[in-house]
Formats: sequence, structure tokens, C-alpha cells
Amino acid sequence: MNTIQRFTKRKGHYMTINDVQTILHGRFICGEEHADREIHSACGSDMMSDVLAFVKDQAVLLTGLCNPQVIRTAEMIDIYCIVFIRGKKPTEEMIEMAKERDIAIICTDHRMFNACGMLYDNGLRGGKPY
Amino acid sequence: MSDSLKLQYIISDEDFTRAGEASGDVKSKLKMMGVNPDVIRKVSIAMYEGEINMVIHANGGVIDVIITPKDITMILKDKGPGIKDVDLAMQAGYSTASENVRALGFGAGMGLPNMKKYSDEMNIETELGVGTTVTMKVNF
Repeated sequence: MNTIQRFTKRKGHYMTINDVQTILHGRFICGEEHADREIHSACGSDMMSDVLAFVKDQAVLLTGLCNPQVIRTAEMIDIYCIVFIRGKKPTEEMIEMAKERDIAIICTDHRMFNACGMLYDNGLRGGKPY
Repeated sequence: MSDSLKLQYIISDEDFTRAGEASGDVKSKLKMMGVNPDVIRKVSIAMYEGEINMVIHANGGVIDVIITPKDITMILKDKGPGIKDVDLAMQAGYSTASENVRALGFGAGMGLPNMKKYSDEMNIETELGVGTTVTMKVNF
């Protein structure tokens, strides 16, 4: 059974932070202790105001932007898992900020389109259109 | 008024990485007070967008937050350049932000629309060359 069938069959339209890491062949930078938390939706953007316009419970944020405002944006809308794509690496300051806020950080080498597609393929959705 | 709480934050434009600290502080205070999570989220997003605007457009300013049993009011006052055309600025996607600001993840023209979306009442007073005061209210 391939990955796609395995996740959708088991979890339906949600998954855990651990699943996100596995599907995206990612590495935990911090927050591995939160790996069992459920993720119900996803948002992929490099523009933080677009992310702030998207409010969903238990969401994962995929972004290629790598500065402290990403952590703050996640904090404001209660996102507790951030995936940095294209091999972007957060700074020590950002990692500390994420730890203080109980936010898990995962890094993946995949590009935005592919990373979003892989999560979508595994049953995760991004909510209704505007 | 003993049943209202007033907080004041001085917003500096010197360090963009610190933008959002005031909003984060308000968020954690409201959390400690046991405020409804939906209200907290609305206040946090509206204030955060406002705080970012003050840093990128207006060289900082002052934010007053007044919490009463009925609502939360945020008054964001700056001595920046003012907003030339408020109707245009309210349009989703319209932005005067520099490429530099966009590279930081803002300036998508969603700031003011987001502030309006997440507050129950919003008022903008602005004068070119003098400054802008944005008042936002979120009801409990």
C-alpha cells in the first residue's frame, strides 16, 4: 500500500504533525514532542497578511519566508506547526520564539507546490475559497 | 472606571523583527484573563496588522488598549505620512509598501482589509503629513 492510501485511509481529512513530517520527508527543528497533535487544514503562502486572512483551527503553515514574523503570525492565529520549504533554515532566535510558543518547526527540501500537493494528496484540505 | 483595564504600548520602528511584540503581549494577557478564544484571535490579528502597518508605514507610534466587560478597544496613533486615499487603501490587494517590505512577508494590500474583517467597528482618522489614528473595537 503506498503512502497516499495509507494516510487517507487511516485519518480521513486530517493527520498528525508527525504525518506532515513523514509525508514531506522533513526534519523536526523543534517541537517534536508535539508530533501527535492533529492537523485539520493547511495554508501555504509567503505573504503573512494572506495567512492572517486565513483562520482555521489546527492548521499547518507552509512557507518559504524565513523571518521572526512567521512565528508571530502563527502565534496570532494559533497555528502550531510551521513547515519551511525549499530547504529554508530558521535562525536560533526564531527557534527560541517557536519553543516559547509551543510551535513545532519542520524543514523540507520540497518546493511549495509539491509540498502542498503532497499534503493534499494525503487528505489534507485548505478550507473554502474566498 | 474600576471595571476597565487600560494598556499602553510604544511601538518603535527601529527593529522590524520586534514588530508584533505588543500584540503578542495583549494576546497572552487576554488568555490569562480567560477571554473567549474567538475574541482573542480577532483582537490579536487586528492589532498585529495595525502594529505592522505602524512599523512599515509610519515610523512607529502608540497603541492604547482598553478592555471593558463589554468590549475591547484598540487605538493606534501614529505621526506618519497619513493615508492619501482611505477608500483605495481599504481595497484588498492595494498597497504602497516597498519591495523591501514585501520581501519581509507584508505589503500584500491585506492589512487594512484584515483589520476591518476582524474588528466589529473600525474608524480611521488621517491627515496627510500629520498622522493617522485607527480605532478598532471587538465586542465580547
